Amino acid sequence: MNNPQLNKHGELQHLLTTEGLPAGIVRNILDKAATFLDVAEGHEIKKVPLLHGKSVFNVFFENSTRTRTTFEIAAKRLSADVVNLNIGSSSTSKGETLLDTVDNLCAMHADMFVVRHAQSGAAHFIARHVAPEIHVINAGDGRHAHPTQALLDMFTIRHYKKEFHNLRVAIVGDVLHSRVARSQIHALTTLGVPEVRVIAPKTLLPTMVENLGVRVYHDMAQGLRDVDVVLMLRLQHERMQGAALPSAQEYFKYYGLTQEKLAYAKPDAIVMHPGPMNRGVEIDSSVADGAHSVILSQVTFGIAVRMAVMSILAGTTA
Amino acid sequence: MNIHIKNGRLIDPKNNIDAQHDVFIVAGKIASVGKVLAGFSADKVIDASGLIVAPGLIDLAARLREPGYEYMATLESEMEAAVAGGITSLACPPDTDPPLDEPGLVEMLKHRARNLNQARVYPVAALTTGLKGQELTEMAELADAGCVAFSQADAPLTDTRVLMRAMQYAATFGFSVWLRPQDSFLAKNGVAHDGEVATRCGLPAIPVCAETIALSTMLTLARETGVKLHICRVSSAAGVEMIRAAKKQGLAVTSDVSMNHVHLSEMDIGFFDPNCHLVPPLRSLRDRTALRAGLLDGTIDAICSNHAPVDEDAKQLPFAEAEAGATGLELLLPLVLKWAQQDKISLSAALAKATLQPACILGLDAGHLSVGAAADVCVFDPDTYWKVEPGALKSQGKNTPFNGLEVQGKVRYTLVDGQLVYQN
Repeated sequence: MNNPQLNKHGELQHLLTTEGLPAGIVRNILDKAATFLDVAEGHEIKKVPLLHGKSVFNVFFENSTRTRTTFEIAAKRLSADVVNLNIGSSSTSKGETLLDTVDNLCAMHADMFVVRHAQSGAAHFIARHVAPEIHVINAGDGRHAHPTQALLDMFTIRHYKKEFHNLRVAIVGDVLHSRVARSQIHALTTLGVPEVRVIAPKTLLPTMVENLGVRVYHDMAQGLRDVDVVLMLRLQHERMQGAALPSAQEYFKYYGLTQEKLAYAKPDAIVMHPGPMNRGVEIDSSVADGAHSVILSQVTFGIAVRMAVMSILAGTTA
Repeated sequence: MNIHIKNGRLIDPKNNIDAQHDVFIVAGKIASVGKVLAGFSADKVIDASGLIVAPGLIDLAARLREPGYEYMATLESEMEAAVAGGITSLACPPDTDPPLDEPGLVEMLKHRARNLNQARVYPVAALTTGLKGQELTEMAELADAGCVAFSQADAPLTDTRVLMRAMQYAATFGFSVWLRPQDSFLAKNGVAHDGEVATRCGLPAIPVCAETIALSTMLTLARETGVKLHICRVSSAAGVEMIRAAKKQGLAVTSDVSMNHVHLSEMDIGFFDPNCHLVPPLRSLRDRTALRAGLLDGTIDAICSNHAPVDEDAKQLPFAEAEAGATGLELLLPLVLKWAQQDKISLSAALAKATLQPACILGLDAGHLSVGAAADVCVFDPDTYWKVEPGALKSQGKNTPFNGLEVQGKVRYTLVDGQLVYQN
């Protein structure tokens, strides 16, 4: 089976998932992002003309302010024309199919689609149907993948820890429903992190999750022991309705990241979160705002990483 | 019309024949096998040199989509597909709109099918009104109208008291109840097997215990009520094992498997191929191996196409939103042959799973070519390979996980009741 995100020369055609993404491409994205970091931090120039004359369509079938905004900023700093479409569920209620929507946007001469959709596989589906000169970036599809989030997480880890081959990383929380966790796991293993852990109650872990190359823990004290990086996941409130958890209070008590639990990790461990955070549910404010937290750096780096992805894709011709 | 099928290799599992024999058909019936009839003069001679002459295939699950879903398929298109696939009899599940829950609907369907003069259609009626799982249908009336069994199709029946009553009532009249085992709570919103692929792809999953829990309920109630139970579309190794144990204990239970599950697994979903969105979900390779073992030792009695034509637009969606189902009538024979070849099973034993065995489950004197039997015959070329191309399929449903694949075995002639209904 061909990897649908690479073209026949093995170059990045779409960014759909971190799974099966060659390590060389991942490193290239991170290196490129580093060159944009100065741009983002306001040194000298704020804009580069790499996507001048290109149209980037942010097509969000599921609401997200933060991710959409960072993509928008990234595209604008590359001098692209940006169109934001919050489609939500309204167009489908008007009877237009997903393919019709995509065809219409193609007809408006989009060069790049940034897509978020509630269904796993939606980005693959759209990538299969667009003309070969159009690039698709997955900004989150169902529970499946959120590759730019994982890449910005890798950038952040590299920024603080320099290397990957000597790290122990723990992912904490609702792995079952998390596209971020899946993308993080693939990115971490691709970059050679020797030990990736997941920590969660059994109701929040998918079947055979260990086959993704992770060690499973149900206890924070054991799971966080001696880790270098703690990746927290957002807990959706609807998990309480689906009988996955009894209450937010109990979850916080056993799986919420507090100073006390963080003490099991290495003294120089960093704490990350994809946002938006539920303070007092998965993370205590004192940790979120504490010395170990690099959560705001993630946001800053996220723009550089998304600029890197867009500029690399723009340089790929079918 | 007198038909002489000559020089073919006759395979008739019931009569244990696999040899070069001519077949003589008179007035719609098999008049002689092997021996030339005195005074026979053929109106038509079919030269079956190099071809296999077998009983017409009998498919236990073919959705014709009428009434109600004519935009997906019609009787015309699907009956044509059936005979092109060598299928001479088919059972259609009651999941139409409205469901087949009253005699008038069944009579209309039978009438429409009869007028098309192609494959024989055996409607399976709804077990409960509207398939809602609450009230019993008029089973005896429906049987009088021509229904051969009673089923919930893929609709849930969660109320175990209703299920028990339905079985008791069906047992009163000796009717068969056909059920697909799936616990609707555990399967809620699920679209793929709860295993490695669903985990990797982030697809809402259906665990194997959804099948085994339902199966346990069904087998327990069948024991309790003495009903003739047929388990539809078993999909897991654990499910096969439960049926095996039940049969060993002497329970009158039969079962079938969809041809898709004999050949495919969750791995075939690949990058979210909506053609692999099937009901039940494709399970692991281990499950597939167990299904094949179950076929071999007789735990699973029959292979069906589980034909479910859907319209193109309904498949052009992300995996979970895409309508479940695949076309299958024209692939049943090639996929049975492929299984026989892969598992080194005699053609006769393999064909029995799609001829004689389903006939037994339906309670029909069919699926064989004994003298005096109705001349429902499939003549096929076992050595011709062809590529599955959606446009070339007669079924209105064009989606199948086997699109683009080379398959073996091409139907040349199909006869129903001694009438040539298809030739190619």
